[in-house]
Parts: sequence; C-alpha cells; structure tokens
Amino acid sequence: MSAVTFNESSLKDIMNSPDTTPLPDAATSAPRPAFFPPSGPAFSAAVGKLLRAALPPLLGMALFVLLWQIVSASGGEHGLPGPAKTWESAKLLFADPFYDNGPNDKGIGWNILASLNRVGMGFGLAALVGIPAGFMIGRFQFLSGMVAPIVSLLRPVSPLAWLPIGLYVFKETEPASLWVIFISSIWPIILNTAAGVSRVPQDYLNVARVLNLSEWKIFTRILFPSVLPHLMTGIRLSMGVAWLVIVAAEMLTGGTGIGFWVWDEWNNLNVEHILIAIFIVGIIGLLLEQVLVLIANRFNYE
Amino acid sequence: MHGYLHIDHAKMVFDTKKGKFTALSDINLDVKQGEFITLIGHSGCGKSTLLNLVAGLNDPSDGVLLLSDKEIKGPGPERAVVFQNHSLLPWLTCFGNVYLAVERVFGAKEPKARLKERTEAALDMVGLTHALHQRPNEISGGMKQRVGIARALAMEPKVLLLDEPFGALDALTRAGLQDELMRIVEETHATTLMVTHDVDEAVLLSDRIVMMTNGPAATIGDILEVGLPRPRDRLKLAENPGYHHLRGQVLEFLYQKQLRKAA
Repeated sequence: MSAVTFNESSLKDIMNSPDTTPLPDAATSAPRPAFFPPSGPAFSAAVGKLLRAALPPLLGMALFVLLWQIVSASGGEHGLPGPAKTWESAKLLFADPFYDNGPNDKGIGWNILASLNRVGMGFGLAALVGIPAGFMIGRFQFLSGMVAPIVSLLRPVSPLAWLPIGLYVFKETEPASLWVIFISSIWPIILNTAAGVSRVPQDYLNVARVLNLSEWKIFTRILFPSVLPHLMTGIRLSMGVAWLVIVAAEMLTGGTGIGFWVWDEWNNLNVEHILIAIFIVGIIGLLLEQVLVLIANRFNYE
Repeated sequence: MHGYLHIDHAKMVFDTKKGKFTALSDINLDVKQGEFITLIGHSGCGKSTLLNLVAGLNDPSDGVLLLSDKEIKGPGPERAVVFQNHSLLPWLTCFGNVYLAVERVFGAKEPKARLKERTEAALDMVGLTHALHQRPNEISGGMKQRVGIARALAMEPKVLLLDEPFGALDALTRAGLQDELMRIVEETHATTLMVTHDVDEAVLLSDRIVMMTNGPAATIGDILEVGLPRPRDRLKLAENPGYHHLRGQVLEFLYQKQLRKAA
C-alpha cells in the first residue's frame, strides 16, 4: 500500500512542475458537470481548459494579496499599507495622471513617459552602436580577440558605478542617465549578436560560397536573417537591464521619471505610492518583455 | 587531350589537432561531358572531400583540377552543389531559395520576369509548383531535397555535384527522387558527380562507378563501366543479369577488398 501512496504523490509533483502540461486532476475535473450543465461537450471542454489554465495564476495572486494583507495588518499602525488602502490611493493617483505643477510635481503619467523616453533613447543608442559592433566582432576573429578582455572587464560593473563618470563628462544629469542606460544595456546586444554571427551554420555559408554571392547579398540574405533570433534575444535582455537601471539612475539624478517619483514619495513618506510604483515598474517591464517576445517569435523559422 | 573534368594527382591534407591528416592522395579521374559518375566507398573514405575539391569549397594540397581546361579555383555557380542536408535558407520560401541562385547567375543579363520564369520552371521540373510559397520547415524532407536539386539545376551548371543527396530519406521517397533525377539528367544532359554509399543507387544512375579505397590517404581503387542501356527502369533492371553482375562487383569491392583494411 505504501508504494501506491508514494507513486501518487510523486505523480502530483510531476503534474505540478512547470514543465508539464497540467492534466485534469480530481480537484478541477470533478466539479465540472456541476459548473457547466448542458452547453455541449466542446464548449464545456474549452471553458474547462481555460479554467485550468487560469486557476493557478489567479490562486497565486490571491495568496499574494492575502500575504500582503497579513504582513500589513501585523505591522499595526506603522505597518505597510494594505492592498485595499493602496488600491484606493492608486485610483486617486490615476484619476489625473497628467497634471503638471512645476518641475518637481508632475502627474504619474508624465513620470512614466519620462522614464520610457530615457530608456528608449539610451537603449536605442546602445542598439545603434551594439548591433554593428556585434556583427564586426562576430565576423572577425582578430577583433573579437581584441575586444574580449575589455568586455569581460566592463560587463560585470554595476550600472550605477558609471553614473559619476557620466556626470563628470557631461556635466548634466539628463545625458548622464542616458549614458548609464547605454553602457549597461550595450553588453547583451554586443555579446548575443557576436555569438549569433559566429554561429551561422557552415551550410548556409557554403551556399553563399557556391553561389559566389556578393558581401552585401551575404549580409542581407544569409548573415542578417540567421543572426536575427540571437539579436532579438540580446535586445530583450538589454531592454530588461535598461528598465532595471532606469529606476535606480533616476533616484540619484532626480528631475522626472518613475525612479525619481519613488524617491520623492519616500521623502513624503507616502508608502502607498511607493508600492504603486513597484507595481507600475513591474507591469511596464512585463509589457516591454512581452512585446519583444512577440516580435522575436515572428523571426523564428524553425 | 583530357576529359571535360580533369583531376590530375589531386591530394588533400588537412591540418588537425593531432597533426597532418592525408584524406586523399593521388586521385586521377577524367569525366566526359554529359557523363554521370558516382563516387562510392565506406564512410570516411574521402568521397565528400573529393566532391568538395571539385566544388572548390576546399583547395587541393597538391595536384590540379581542370574544368573545360580551366583550373578550378574556389567555388562558383558553374559547379552547382546539392548538399546532403539540403541547406535551404529557412527564412526564404522555396521560390526565394531558388530565385536567390537564379538571380545570382542570370540577374545581370535578364529581366526580372525571365528570372521568375526560370525559378518557376526549375521548381516545376521537380514537381513542386504547388509549394512555391512555402518555407522549408513547412515541407517534407524529400520536398526539401527537391528544392535543393531545383536550386542547383536552375543555375544551368556545367557540372552538377550531389553529396549523398538522398541519404537522409526513406526508401520510397529515395526511389522516387532517383527516378526523377534520372529523367532530369537525361533531359538536361548535365555532367554529374554524385557521392553515395548505396550500391543500388550507384548502379541504377551511373555511367561509371568510381570505387574508393579506405582512408587515410584514400584513392580510387577501381572504376566500373556500367554500360546498361538508357533509359533505365528499376523494375526491368531487377530482371537484368548484367545489373546483378555489376551490383556484385561493387559489393565485392566494398566488402571483400576494402573491408579488411577498415577493420
């Protein structure tokens, strides 16, 4: 009997692991007839599938909110604001996102746009420099050997360590924060592009050789399409880094932006707003990632 | 006077981590225009290396290769290759893959409409008109190999080089493609060099079978004149005593004269 129990529990473990497609287990499939009466088996199967897909994340979120509530309640008067209080505050905040009362008091919408703008510019510059650099480094062994030690040395540097250099060189905060985003998001682009170029299958290059294609044709028809999936990975990682860094950089440089806003609300001791900012940063990061994943899938030919 | 394709004392030495490795040595072969030659031998005997020398993908360490009296220096579209693993570009459609080759060879002298016609004609010849706008990952292995053949033929090469083109296919698909290749070669009179390790394929398709010894330093062990009448039909050949005799000779070479060395 004990062997049977063991099998069942290990089976559950496998079913719950993220690599496995969840099978209808007793908890979700048994009540189905009660939930979906005579609407036809195909319909009920579709809804059942949707329910099974949506249930784990919804349950997870519910538990998260519950935990948040417990933590905030246990802190007493000076505890963290609870979910309800934060929600009320968020409704008020997003009722008027685009007000403008001078340089240090702007609506949340303006702050988000300012951060996105900085990320777009810093990241755009990184792509502009990083993609060609990656192609060159991947194509020429000698160049790769030259650049490798520099990249290995600079890549692990914390992004914020670059900020004083930026401030010293540019004498202004705006270009300094662009510089920080640029320097910290350029590495994944360079490295992934270079790896992609050096991994172009020899078969494709042989086709190019047999056809005697011009360098330009080799680039547009073979090299670039072949590298594109790697390039997209680099861009996705880069965008992630840029969005991580911007919040920290803006805390230090001030002015506008979601990072500055967090720091400003900390000075105002408005903890609800800090919690809201964390959600905003998370949601926007998630959206950026998803958009890039969608674009990347478009270029996946396998 | 030597053959259309003339290989004279070709030698191929590779630099490996363990030192120099002589893959081929003392290869002499003359191929007449329009002839169908197969290279057969055990794996690792350097038959693909020899094909790559003719393709120009590798340069010989010694010796010389001439095609219509001009030395072969580097790859070029007059020696089209059908690769073992089809080597289609996955981001181009079947049409796009063939068009890339057609454009390269004829783009300078012919209008676009003509290039399009050539591409469609090549794909029609291998029976893929219905798959023009599909990508390689949307079609079967046999169809991919047909696109590879269409790409090579569309270039109207002087020499068609095939590197175990049907090696990865199942027996039925393989037989269908062999028949198709026979028909196409008879239509186009292409001079063809094909690497294979399939005895039946070699006898069915070839005018001459070049049998290679085992490496290292592989060379041509024997050349067998096939001489069976064309057009050939695989069903009728099965009843032909000449066919079985030839088949026996190739098998004898591969499994009696060469196997001991390999073991």
